[in-house]
Amino acid sequence: MKEEHFLVSTSPHIRSAEDIPKIMYAVIIALIPVAIASIYFFRLWAIKLMAVCIITAMGTEDIFQRLRKKDITVFDGSAIITGLLLAFILPPSLPLWAASLGTFFAIALGKQIFGGLGYNIFNPALLGRAFLMATFPVLMTTWTKPFSLDVVTSATPLAQMKFAQSFVSHQSLFLGNVSGSLGETSALAILIGASFLLIRKIIDWRIPAGYLGTVVLLSSIFWFIDPKGFADPLWHLLAGGLILGAFFMAPDMVTTPVTKRGRWVFGIGCGLILIVIRSWSGLPEGVMYSILLMNAITPLINRFTHPRIFGEQK
Amino acid sequence: MRQYILFKDALKGLWKENPVFRQLLGMCPTLAVTNAAIFGLSMGLATFFVLLCSSIIISIFRRVFPHQVRIASFVVIIATFVTVVDLFLKGNFPEISKALGPYVPLIVVNCLILGRQEVFASKNPLHRAVADALGMGIGFTLALIALASIRELLGSGTIFGVQILTLVGEGGRFRPWIIMLLPAGAFLTLGTMIGISNFFTGRAAKKSACH
Repeated sequence: MKEEHFLVSTSPHIRSAEDIPKIMYAVIIALIPVAIASIYFFRLWAIKLMAVCIITAMGTEDIFQRLRKKDITVFDGSAIITGLLLAFILPPSLPLWAASLGTFFAIALGKQIFGGLGYNIFNPALLGRAFLMATFPVLMTTWTKPFSLDVVTSATPLAQMKFAQSFVSHQSLFLGNVSGSLGETSALAILIGASFLLIRKIIDWRIPAGYLGTVVLLSSIFWFIDPKGFADPLWHLLAGGLILGAFFMAPDMVTTPVTKRGRWVFGIGCGLILIVIRSWSGLPEGVMYSILLMNAITPLINRFTHPRIFGEQK
Repeated sequence: MRQYILFKDALKGLWKENPVFRQLLGMCPTLAVTNAAIFGLSMGLATFFVLLCSSIIISIFRRVFPHQVRIASFVVIIATFVTVVDLFLKGNFPEISKALGPYVPLIVVNCLILGRQEVFASKNPLHRAVADALGMGIGFTLALIALASIRELLGSGTIFGVQILTLVGEGGRFRPWIIMLLPAGAFLTLGTMIGISNFFTGRAAKKSACH
């Protein structure tokens, strides 16, 4: 009787030690430099906003999973990431109840209503911001200067370019000493976190490459044609939430195409929409809408970039 | 027994087969004009009137219509009453008529009305058709008022123009949710309401199945 020595199991036979919490906590680690930068620039506001968003995100997830009698996965890190990312793309002086409402919306209607992690069509954090933008437009466009503890209204660099034709220096944009959303101001901090994710291969380099590449290409073409009316490519890269969006929002595993070609299409599409919005629309910034719009057509991209099966005849 | 059937015909429109929450009929006015409770009420009553009157006429003459042209005949009858409502609103409530705009004439193509004629009024005697139209019309009106009240309350802090939540600018603490006055707010509110009603009816159905 040697039968028990033959172990029969179904595929997959090669297993990876990676699971959802591991990936999620790696992303959270990558977000730590951004969090430190935002606390450095916006002090108490940053701490409060991040705390409120994370707590609301986890609470909402817990309530919904209890109501729908699903496994409670509050500590797998995905809710923490949604809350943290949403805090990073909100204005620092936003009232905490509004941030809490937006986070509730992001988790409840952006994620849990579709069935939870893995089923959502749109990036929940961006959806939360879009909701807040349409709900409280005035609060969402009240920006503050870094290092100030009172609400000193000041336009973001992109708004200054759009409505006053004045440019902030590249250096301040790179370090983050400008007004803007909590976590988007410091390109340096975001790049430190993003390089960790790229080295660990948690995000696909194709999406940021397609996104940033398209923005650089298009903005340099327009800049060569009309250097006064358009900002230079480097400025476009550093201003606003582009780098944060390109590395932390756009390559979200759930809401992006699964094929390699599809990911290029996704990134390039985001870049195209971003440049169109930044250059010719009434809005100063377009990262949020560019990614949300491409999220919407992700199933379509998946269908059209379906790879050929080996040996298949055309 | 006969009264019981009439009762059932009327009651099903209120909840079990509610045109808005269960059948998802007449979505165009439901989503378009419900940013204030008064518009929801007027649109509901206008639809109610058209539904009731055309149900009566169609039920009376249900054996006269040739089968091939019945839809066209229904539409002519419905359009007559829509014109009546449109002129009535224009004459007596010009502001409401202006606010509802093209959505009053569009009642003609409201699938709730045509649907009830095709499914119910053209196949049932007068008293049952009236009971059905009453139930459906009231169900539709109540659903519209509920939807519009939520949107008005969150969007401008009022219900039927009465201030419920004091706004930030007037010494209160409530900040209006602009999104609720926009079309997106209609979709969000309706979707959430349908979701909640499904959640509870689904639960009730499961419970009754267990027993």
